[in-house]
Amino acid sequence: MMYLDAFVHSPFWHSPQVWHALFITTSAGVVSAVVGVFIVLRGQSFAGHILTDVGATGASASFLFSINSWYGFLSFGLLAGAGMEALGKRTRGRDTATGLVLSFFMGLGALFLFLDTRVSNTADVTMSVLFGSVFTADPNTTPWLIGTSAATLLVVAAIYRPLLICSIDAEWAQARGIPVRWVGLLFMLAFVVAAEDSALAMGALLSTAFLMGPAAAGVRIAHRIGAAIGISALLAVMAAWLGVGLAYASYNWPPAGRGYPCSFLIADILFMEYLGAGMAARWRAHIRRLGGKRCT
Amino acid sequence: MHMMGVLDTLHLWLLPSGLLTTLYMWHAYVCGTIVALTATLVGYFVVLRGVAFMAHSLPKIGFAGVAGATVLQVPPLVGLLTFNLLGGLVMSTLSRRGRRDVVTALTLVLALGAGELFLTLGQAYGETAYALLFGQIVGISGPQVGQTLAVGLVTTGLWMILYRPLLFVTVARDQALARGVRERLLDNLFAILVGLVCVMTVPVVGALLGFSLLIGPVATASLVTRRGVHTLLLAGALGLAAIWLALLLAYDSGWPVGFFATTIIVLEYKVVYIGRWVKTRRALAI
Repeated sequence: MMYLDAFVHSPFWHSPQVWHALFITTSAGVVSAVVGVFIVLRGQSFAGHILTDVGATGASASFLFSINSWYGFLSFGLLAGAGMEALGKRTRGRDTATGLVLSFFMGLGALFLFLDTRVSNTADVTMSVLFGSVFTADPNTTPWLIGTSAATLLVVAAIYRPLLICSIDAEWAQARGIPVRWVGLLFMLAFVVAAEDSALAMGALLSTAFLMGPAAAGVRIAHRIGAAIGISALLAVMAAWLGVGLAYASYNWPPAGRGYPCSFLIADILFMEYLGAGMAARWRAHIRRLGGKRCT
Repeated sequence: MHMMGVLDTLHLWLLPSGLLTTLYMWHAYVCGTIVALTATLVGYFVVLRGVAFMAHSLPKIGFAGVAGATVLQVPPLVGLLTFNLLGGLVMSTLSRRGRRDVVTALTLVLALGAGELFLTLGQAYGETAYALLFGQIVGISGPQVGQTLAVGLVTTGLWMILYRPLLFVTVARDQALARGVRERLLDNLFAILVGLVCVMTVPVVGALLGFSLLIGPVATASLVTRRGVHTLLLAGALGLAAIWLALLLAYDSGWPVGFFATTIIVLEYKVVYIGRWVKTRRALAI
């Protein structure tokens, strides 16, 4: 009871930065978790990589013009998404050309980050673009982030069935008269928002954790897609809140008493959730096998 | 008179004052040369075996290694060697078990996150992070040149020993297995080879841009020729040209060398690609 009291009255809940961090990570986490299940189904994990890396270049550029970095992430992400749509099936993970174009954008991002430090004299831009900074994020970003995340969830809900059919078997979807191209386009839009939201929350380099972690865990545990999406979203919210809480608590942790980075903590929690999901799936299969033996 | 002006400008641009008398530029040129040549040697097999993913991820693991070394206050080389060699072995084991997708992606994220944590704990913000991720030529010290040379020699030696069996197992796997080539050992040794190259590339061009140096020149060369020796020679020349020009431009402008290196490498690829396309179009038209 004493602990509960201390928990409720902790200064944690009275800090506006904490609330912004909670809102940002939760909305980014939920939208990535939901979109992520479809990414896993469609096998597009490499595309997420492209979107966030190019988005990071945009974010680096945005600091140069002192625009909110979220616009940089989103605009360059949309460009990258449009580029991938235009190239169509030619974007493949193994493709050397794609890798080279990607590293070209990273190089450009390096230049922008370098110029940022020259212009604004804030050396921490590199860290905040690549590794995220939920506690110091611009408060004006939060409503936009929540709004786009909610809109994206609505879009995914609206095209849920056709999207599911397209993701599982595009030819069958075509035969059933589903406008595959339009569904793909809408999904790409949702994908861009999810990737860039999670890049803002986690940093461009760690955003893969939100895009892949909860979804992969959800797909491992659940057999039905609806359940997988639910579990995935739940795991993402858990990781977000636990991560922000631990990051807040870590300010007097050893060895340095300097606080652990929030994105690092969330990424670690997501990884553990993924491992836990694997164990749960194996355990359930084991139980089922035992049950099967008893029946026969 | 006008001609002289142009020549003077060109001279100033190609040989800016202090380029050859500044010690760190000499260090950078020596390191850049070693890195470009060894990256070509190993990149040849990376492209041939289609393991671009490994080339993409090992430098990121190396980033965590250097960051960890700054916290523990041991030489960066120790951190790089430990993390890259271990990381290479883990990745080759994971990929053998056919698990390169989610687990590998999440493991990489963990490595990057650990690097972030180490940087925070070491209070080495901003500039250190930037240098580790995108490279830095100003900071290359004399001992670092020696280390790069030593690692480069080891890499080249290992490459020479591995060349024939690795080529055999890559080109004709079944035959090689039938002849008793030990594939698992070769896989692991190859991962160590890639790890060693990343040890050299991370301090010079950074963790995020080393990939282009490893893949780019070889990919460009293999657009032109199919013969192994020609590919290696051409790729070596392209890589050297890229890194030398990038160092010069970086010195001229004060901008980061990694930006110039990747841009030049991608430009080389695009120019050759378009050139080949035009040639085939013309051949078809006739």
